[in-house]
Amino acid sequence: MFAYTIRRLLQLIPVLFGMTLLVFFIVHAIPGNPAQVMLGQHATEESVQKLTNELGLNEPWYIQYINYLQNLVTGDLGDSIRTGAPIVEELWPYLAATMELSVVAMIFAVFIGVNAGIISAWFQNKWIDYVAMFVALIGISVPIFWLGLMQQWLFAVELGWFAPTGREDARAPIDPITHFFLIDTLIQGDWDGFVETVRRLVLPATALGTFSGAFIARMTRSSMLEVMRSDYIRTARSKGMKMIKVVYKHALKNSIIPVLTVVGLQMGLLLGGAVLTETIFGWPGIGRYIYDAIQFRDYPVVQSGILIVALFFVLINLCVDLLYSVVDPRIKYK
Amino acid sequence: MKPVEDVQNGQMALHGKGPKVKKEKNSLWVESWSRFKKNRLAIFGLSIVLFFVLLAIFAPLIAPEGINNQKLAERLQSPSINHWFGTDDFGRDILSRVIYGARISIWIGVLSVVGSMIIGSLLGVIAAYYGRLVDVIISRAFDIMLAFPSILLAIAIVAVLGASLENALIAIAIINVPNFGRLIRSKVLSVKEEEYIMAAKSLGMSDVRIILRHVLPNSLAPIIVQASLAVGTAILEAAALGFLGMGAEAPQPEWGKMLADAQQYMIQAPWTMIFPGLAIMLTVLGFNLLGDGLRDALDPKMKS
Repeated sequence: MFAYTIRRLLQLIPVLFGMTLLVFFIVHAIPGNPAQVMLGQHATEESVQKLTNELGLNEPWYIQYINYLQNLVTGDLGDSIRTGAPIVEELWPYLAATMELSVVAMIFAVFIGVNAGIISAWFQNKWIDYVAMFVALIGISVPIFWLGLMQQWLFAVELGWFAPTGREDARAPIDPITHFFLIDTLIQGDWDGFVETVRRLVLPATALGTFSGAFIARMTRSSMLEVMRSDYIRTARSKGMKMIKVVYKHALKNSIIPVLTVVGLQMGLLLGGAVLTETIFGWPGIGRYIYDAIQFRDYPVVQSGILIVALFFVLINLCVDLLYSVVDPRIKYK
Repeated sequence: MKPVEDVQNGQMALHGKGPKVKKEKNSLWVESWSRFKKNRLAIFGLSIVLFFVLLAIFAPLIAPEGINNQKLAERLQSPSINHWFGTDDFGRDILSRVIYGARISIWIGVLSVVGSMIIGSLLGVIAAYYGRLVDVIISRAFDIMLAFPSILLAIAIVAVLGASLENALIAIAIINVPNFGRLIRSKVLSVKEEEYIMAAKSLGMSDVRIILRHVLPNSLAPIIVQASLAVGTAILEAAALGFLGMGAEAPQPEWGKMLADAQQYMIQAPWTMIFPGLAIMLTVLGFNLLGDGLRDALDPKMKS
């Protein structure tokens, strides 16, 4: 297991290297001169030229790339053009906002998805199975941004149950410690703040988690159906074990592996989907941060932001791979 | 017995005749179609897809008004007998715009998938057939692309190319290349080892000919399934780009863009955002059902 982990980590190196190269090229292919953007439209030609030299933008691409890598290795992600602040310092609140949203969305997706899948498999070809699978089909077909808008309209505008946008009440801002507001409010014993944070999380998290939940439900169902046909399940049943125990204790354990793969993949999708959810719900997360940076031609932010998200994606998938053997002891890594 | 038959099939196909091969080829599709026909959900999906395709083709005949008929006196009207889906902030008939929108979404969905399918197949076949360094390079490139959340990569590509419908299409085609590439690579790897390929090789057939005549046709079923599911995803991605203002431009009636424009009228005129969204959902649902049905019909082993 240890050797396998090390090998997987080593295999990551060329992928990470390729990722930096791809991001570097994409960002450098975005039309426009960053120096011009930084100085504004009324800058003189000399000052633009001077800044271009200072930023090393007239060096050949490989020199620029090597400089970029050198900075990356030392943990320097560059400075934001828009705010002038180092990106490393600026990034965390956005990243934490997206992580909080994605994790809550994933918990929602797994809870709903796995249970819906189990119930569907349990009552195969009964009406409850049809209903669950029809809802799941809608779930994988509905555009996440439309779902978000409809939720916003129904639950925030019409019914007034939730706040339509934002992560915190502007009148009662939350004092950030970790920037995970659920944790921060609990640490500070700010019960009202915690409730408000939950209230604001519900709509974006459910909108974001719906696709994944639906996908997981379909996956769980087919995986469960396969396991339910096996001999040991029949044995357990014939020994008079209660169905609920058979399903949740025996069948689920053996059908969770493919589901786990999907969860890993979906987590990455959530990070991407967050761009849309964050746009609709005014959520100050990393997706929004990158999107705004593209609009503003804030190249360093685009470059670092995309790279960080991709890095998370890769690491999550690695964790999922390593988790397999924990969940299923039959899998041994050599 | 079977290997001998396979070798014979290979030889017959090589000479371009051989009634047996043709018959078997037909029977696979006939069999699949008869399985497909019995699947009610699949037929439902096919009907939805056909409905939207017909809507797209005959939009000028079906739509009551043009895409940009502005009647400011009738702006933001709720659904009525004159305007089934209501009107938007320019007094344009939403039903007409949704109908014309089918053209854009289906066009972008199908064309981008065809694009990714062609490029992905090419790269996948090359990687699998030639192996070694070529395979390593192509496969790693796929890994790297798949390491990015796809919509984020699409946004970045559009940022490079500039925001337009065509560029959104290109971006979506690019981000879906690795999915096809990987699928075809693995398929070709398994087909490559079959006896009939060896037979064709020993008969002196060229690589290109073997790939085109034997490898690709035998990998077709999973490609078709993947393609029909991918069209649904591509339509969603195109709508997402449109929604973010990185796809269609005004006054194109792209569903995602219509939603983005409708957002600010949420309180006064919720119908402006209900119908374009429903249209996206139904189209994607159609392609998903069709894809599921095709998978069950073409590859009964996969059926759950």
